[in-house]
Amino acid sequence: MINTLVIENLKHRWVRTMLSALAVGVQVTMILTLVGLSYGTLEEMSQRSRGVGADILVRPPGTSIIGLSTAPIPEKVLDFVRKLPHVAIATGITVQPIGGVNSVYGIDMESFSQMSGGFKFVAGGPFQNSDDVVIDEYWAQQNRLRVGSQTQFMNRSWRVCGVVEPGKLARMFLPIKTVQDLSANTGKLTMIYVKLDQPNNLQAALAAVKNALPDYQIYSLEEFLSLISVNNVPGLKAFIYVVIAISVVVGFLVVFLSMYTAVLERTREIGILKALGATPGFVLSVLVRETVVLALAGSAAGIVFTYGTRWAIMHYVPGSLTQTIVPEWWPIATLVSLTGSLFGALYPGWKAARQDAIEALSYE
Amino acid sequence: MSETGAPLIEVRGLRKTYRMGEVDVQALRGVDLSVQKGEFIAIVGPSGSGKSTLFYILGGLASASAGSVLIDGHDLAAMSDQERTQIRRELVGFVFQRYNLLPTLSALDNIGMAQFIAGKPRHTEGWFKQTLDLLGVSHRLGHKPQSLSGGEQQRIAIARAIVNHPAILLADEPTGNLDSENSEIVLKLMRDLNERLGQTILMITHNPEAAAYAHRIVHMRDGRIVQHP
Repeated sequence: MINTLVIENLKHRWVRTMLSALAVGVQVTMILTLVGLSYGTLEEMSQRSRGVGADILVRPPGTSIIGLSTAPIPEKVLDFVRKLPHVAIATGITVQPIGGVNSVYGIDMESFSQMSGGFKFVAGGPFQNSDDVVIDEYWAQQNRLRVGSQTQFMNRSWRVCGVVEPGKLARMFLPIKTVQDLSANTGKLTMIYVKLDQPNNLQAALAAVKNALPDYQIYSLEEFLSLISVNNVPGLKAFIYVVIAISVVVGFLVVFLSMYTAVLERTREIGILKALGATPGFVLSVLVRETVVLALAGSAAGIVFTYGTRWAIMHYVPGSLTQTIVPEWWPIATLVSLTGSLFGALYPGWKAARQDAIEALSYE
Repeated sequence: MSETGAPLIEVRGLRKTYRMGEVDVQALRGVDLSVQKGEFIAIVGPSGSGKSTLFYILGGLASASAGSVLIDGHDLAAMSDQERTQIRRELVGFVFQRYNLLPTLSALDNIGMAQFIAGKPRHTEGWFKQTLDLLGVSHRLGHKPQSLSGGEQQRIAIARAIVNHPAILLADEPTGNLDSENSEIVLKLMRDLNERLGQTILMITHNPEAAAYAHRIVHMRDGRIVQHP
């Protein structure tokens, strides 16, 4: 019976119910989208790293796992690595940020293709001139580029010479020499990828590289990929917590306003319930149940909206952002919205429970 | 009709003082009243005479400042809020001038809510079905208050008030919002309930014609019961 009252109350004020649930949904979407972006970006980064086909990564000393903005490795180190035992192929890259979260990667097409198995061109082909750029399909879609298009970055105009399938290292590629010269890093590399003659020589090769380059950060690919996580991105976890805290506050305010209005509107109904013998606990229970329904409905809506944000990201900015659906965060986001909502229902519920029956019955 | 023996309601020296700002308002100034089981009493008096205050105290919605109120052996004046809530569930049924049905629930659910709050099973007894027929609302139970006429709403409110077999039915101006035709229907129904089921009824009214349906008329003025209006 009490559930009938709860449902009928919510149905009776359906506009407010919808708006409240929607607001809770937005809060849940905010959390899930942020988490989805974090996981998606890192997952995509892992996939692209895997797509290079390397077994060992050589990174300069003192760099973070995620950040790549300098090119401090002399090219002679690459030559040195190539001569180490069990090294079949070694290729260097030079990375140059071009604004926002985007970077262009300078590669040596020949050695990179040998290591990765080569790009799969969906249109065009490799670099022909020094102002040629190869882009992946996501970047082409996001920026409406195709072979022959001109694109601007690093204060220059570039001609798209090829569009490749995504999944290898980066979204934009230039000849390594071009990137080195334009970024004043002539003869310098950002990172070295190493492919071994036999995968089962990994430990021996790792030991050899570490021994030869003691100051450098040497990782096996699997080791490197395991480090690409939310925990290893500086500030990301704190950022997620801040968004969660904001969500709790938003949920609190939305439900507080909604329930406060509901209590004022229903003053007379509360008086009727009390005249029938309802206890303060009963009245509170009605409001709490309504809040739980709002929070759960809002959370469900928020989860559905997350598919919408993923579609929008994939449709409009697939080259810059990647969002995945993270179902293990659904209960967490639901709990967050429920907590904020229940806090929001506390004062209105308390006010309703303490409502004087006679005053409530004479409320106009 | 009235019986001899211990009264169902025994009010002695009942006083109620409200604090309004800096001023004390004496709403009841020593009310004595006895009501036998099965009586139908009309309480009449001008506005401000203390009728509503008496109604709220008898219904356990307000506490007394002094005096005693015994209903079926329970002293309301000595009770806590929690105990008076319990009394409202078990001993009292209310009928209000403005019907006071829950607008979001159907007529049937409004009645069911009273049973649910009282912790009783939903109206399945033959007695209740007959009462609904007597009230003439059996065919309107699925409708929400907004779809019912004033007379129908008040009859549903009466059904809700008696569904838990209360010791007393308290009616506050039950015909105050009704036209004369519906007023007559409601008053006849209340008299039928009193005569057929022995339901004890206390009805507050301004209307002498409505008061005439009662067995006994109690006049109030200035917070006291008076012999003559």
